[in-house]
Amino acid sequence: MVEVTLWGSLAATAGGNSKVEIEAKDIRELFRKLAEQYPGLEPWIDKGIAVAIDGTIYRDTWSKKLPEGAEIFLLPRLAGG
Amino acid sequence: MNFDPRFSGRKFASVGTRPIRPDGIDKVTGRARYGADFNMAGQLVGRVLRSPHAHARIVKIDTSKAEKLAGVKAVITAADLPDLTDGDAAMYDVLDNCMARTKALYDGHAVAAVAAIDARTARQALKLIEIEYELLPHVTDVDEAAKHTAPLINDAIFTEGLEEKPVKPSNVTKRSQFGHGDVHQGFGQADFIVERSFKTEQTHQGYIEPHACVANFSSDGTADLWVCTQGHFVYRQHCAQLLGMEASKLRVTSSEIGGGFGGKTHVWAEPVALALSRKAGRPVKLVMTRDEVFRASGPTSATSIDVKIGARKDGTITAAEATLRYSCGPYAGSWAEIGAMTAFACYKLDNVKTVGYEVLVNRPKTAAYRAPSAPMAAFAVESAVDELAKKIGMDPVDFRIRNAAQEGTRSSYGPVYGPIGIGPTLEAVKSHPHMKAPLGKNQGRGMACGFWFNFGGQTCTDLNIGMDGSVSLAVGTVDVGGSRASLSLVAAEELGIDYAQVKAIVADTSSLGYNDMTDGSRGTFSSSMATISAARNAILILRERAAQMWDIAVDDVVWEKGHAIAKGEKHGNLGKLSLKEIAVESGKTGGPIAGHSELVADGAGVSFATHICDIEVDPETGATRVIRYTVVQDAGKAVHPTYVEGQYQGGAAQGIGWALNEEYIYGKDGRLQNAGFLDYRIPVCSDLPMIDTQILEIPNPNHPYGVRGVGETSIVPPLAAIANAVSNAAGVRMTHIPMSPPRILAAIEAEREWSK
Repeated sequence: MVEVTLWGSLAATAGGNSKVEIEAKDIRELFRKLAEQYPGLEPWIDKGIAVAIDGTIYRDTWSKKLPEGAEIFLLPRLAGG
Repeated sequence: MNFDPRFSGRKFASVGTRPIRPDGIDKVTGRARYGADFNMAGQLVGRVLRSPHAHARIVKIDTSKAEKLAGVKAVITAADLPDLTDGDAAMYDVLDNCMARTKALYDGHAVAAVAAIDARTARQALKLIEIEYELLPHVTDVDEAAKHTAPLINDAIFTEGLEEKPVKPSNVTKRSQFGHGDVHQGFGQADFIVERSFKTEQTHQGYIEPHACVANFSSDGTADLWVCTQGHFVYRQHCAQLLGMEASKLRVTSSEIGGGFGGKTHVWAEPVALALSRKAGRPVKLVMTRDEVFRASGPTSATSIDVKIGARKDGTITAAEATLRYSCGPYAGSWAEIGAMTAFACYKLDNVKTVGYEVLVNRPKTAAYRAPSAPMAAFAVESAVDELAKKIGMDPVDFRIRNAAQEGTRSSYGPVYGPIGIGPTLEAVKSHPHMKAPLGKNQGRGMACGFWFNFGGQTCTDLNIGMDGSVSLAVGTVDVGGSRASLSLVAAEELGIDYAQVKAIVADTSSLGYNDMTDGSRGTFSSSMATISAARNAILILRERAAQMWDIAVDDVVWEKGHAIAKGEKHGNLGKLSLKEIAVESGKTGGPIAGHSELVADGAGVSFATHICDIEVDPETGATRVIRYTVVQDAGKAVHPTYVEGQYQGGAAQGIGWALNEEYIYGKDGRLQNAGFLDYRIPVCSDLPMIDTQILEIPNPNHPYGVRGVGETSIVPPLAAIANAVSNAAGVRMTHIPMSPPRILAAIEAEREWSK
């Protein structure tokens, strides 16, 4: 079980929860279960969400493991120049 | 992917040296081929007809006269680029931006295009296209557009991110919020508070090379595109989607690039060129004029930002808050969101809140510009931070050091930081000779900090070893700032050979697997990781071949300093085999030797910079002169220090132009008044002092060499550093970018009036 923190705007689509607990071993499973439990999140996941695991931002490595006790933070997927 | 990206702390032989770039001679002798330098037999000239109106409904387009003109081979409108985006709203916006459908949304919006045998005929044909417009009210100012009384640009847009779903459409497309703690409580603990509003005007990336491409659609349904771009794989995906092609049928080759800075990260004219070629059955070359580049491509957001920061007497910030409004052009974007994330990222804050509003205006579609959105937020925040330090009576550097984020700090945008470089850049600035240099009359010094995320992404690289021992490195990230030199150094480092043995090229989309574009400061970070991986894979094969040549077990062969070495006492009589010696025999030991890598280079380390600037202001005219400028930035590891310094200097130079002169000026009719370099003034060499640089190297734990991106962070602090310098020199706080002479003079005169 990992605790996931949602950024402000995203929390509104998860029933106002800024923190949710999810049983997930990696980013792929995290996204799948988030979409199941909070359908409002699915369009955001489709558009692209980055996941910060202990401060390191992952945008595409959906196989990345979520260590027990790690800080998991969802962030918008950003553009660069 | 069986590759360990963790920082290893190794000693370097090649990385960190400064050899000449492989593309340098061609560039200085004019042989390098940029987008407009490519030509094909029988190619036509493409030209685009653009709306002269800021906001207008397209009632009717009649192309019949143009089509009848001798020499015209194709005329297209939106009907020739039908909507195939299948509900992908972002791609629909790109499509509509390439060719207006029902409405022209800004001065310069493409409405039709022609392909003709020469430029003169193409221009004549454009004049023969008849368009009936119904003019609509327009709005170009970000604050005006956010008002509920403003003309609506898209009545299907309702603000996202509000607690209650709005019932009326709005030009404000999205609200986003970041932060933690309780700012109300935090401000209650403050002894001093600074609260100010700031504005920044819209600027263009100012790349010297305009958008240019040659499209060649074959009758078998395949196509080629030669184009100046930051990401040819991304352009392939975009163009294929918009033209209803399979991506595999479109091969895109990137040219040399004369600047992009974010403005060449999505398609503009390329789908139009392809559609023209498809219709004409001939190659079509389409090169934007400078006027078109300004009116229809690029620009960054104009912004309006409110900042409030409170601190105790001891200099500890107790709360920080910002509301940021960013213009997006006529299409939804996430520019304010990025500003809201980056605004306070340099600081350790218990109570912080940022709110961003994305605002539609009748201006060109906003594009990324080097650390997009961060410079404007930094301008507002760092100006307020400077003012707060003064109010408390602290040195501005010491005030920032006291509040700087560090490893373990919760960032203002959410996650906790790993090892970061803001503190070291500030300490380096504090002890830099620049900070102690005397200032003359009417001169002021300013400093400011900046942050950028840096990204990684999908990356694919091939490393081929020729039979002569040469190494060819094929990468898929466009070289925008010397990455071919840096990646050659990395290959040389891993293989243990001389840099001169390696030649890196940017391969086309049919030669490599998919690569994300060169944005987010990812080029060297990502492709160096893939190059390391590919080289290590090649070394495995080199060891196997050496083992064959010696007829010993591969486990008994190690690779050291460019040679296979047989280890163990029983192989003591075997000499070393060089890479070249193994390569020469490769035909008899199993064929060509190569290493391949495909990976997602996630884990790019965040980056910080602190800049110092001295400015002289003429109090009679408001004219400014940059006297001295210093950049201090964390690179993680500078693979090729000269090109890292080049990135630092380039970002500072662009930031100086943005801070002091550059701005889009619109008339009341909503038309751009200064679409050219004579009236839109970017700095030239004679405007700039030598920009001094200091590279710090705080290793990124997620890269084998500790590399972080360096391309973008250097444009984040200049607006604020220069504003602080001008404010100190002029004796009045500057709150509006650019600080052009009339604006400075007006501020000085207003201050004089107020002081009477």
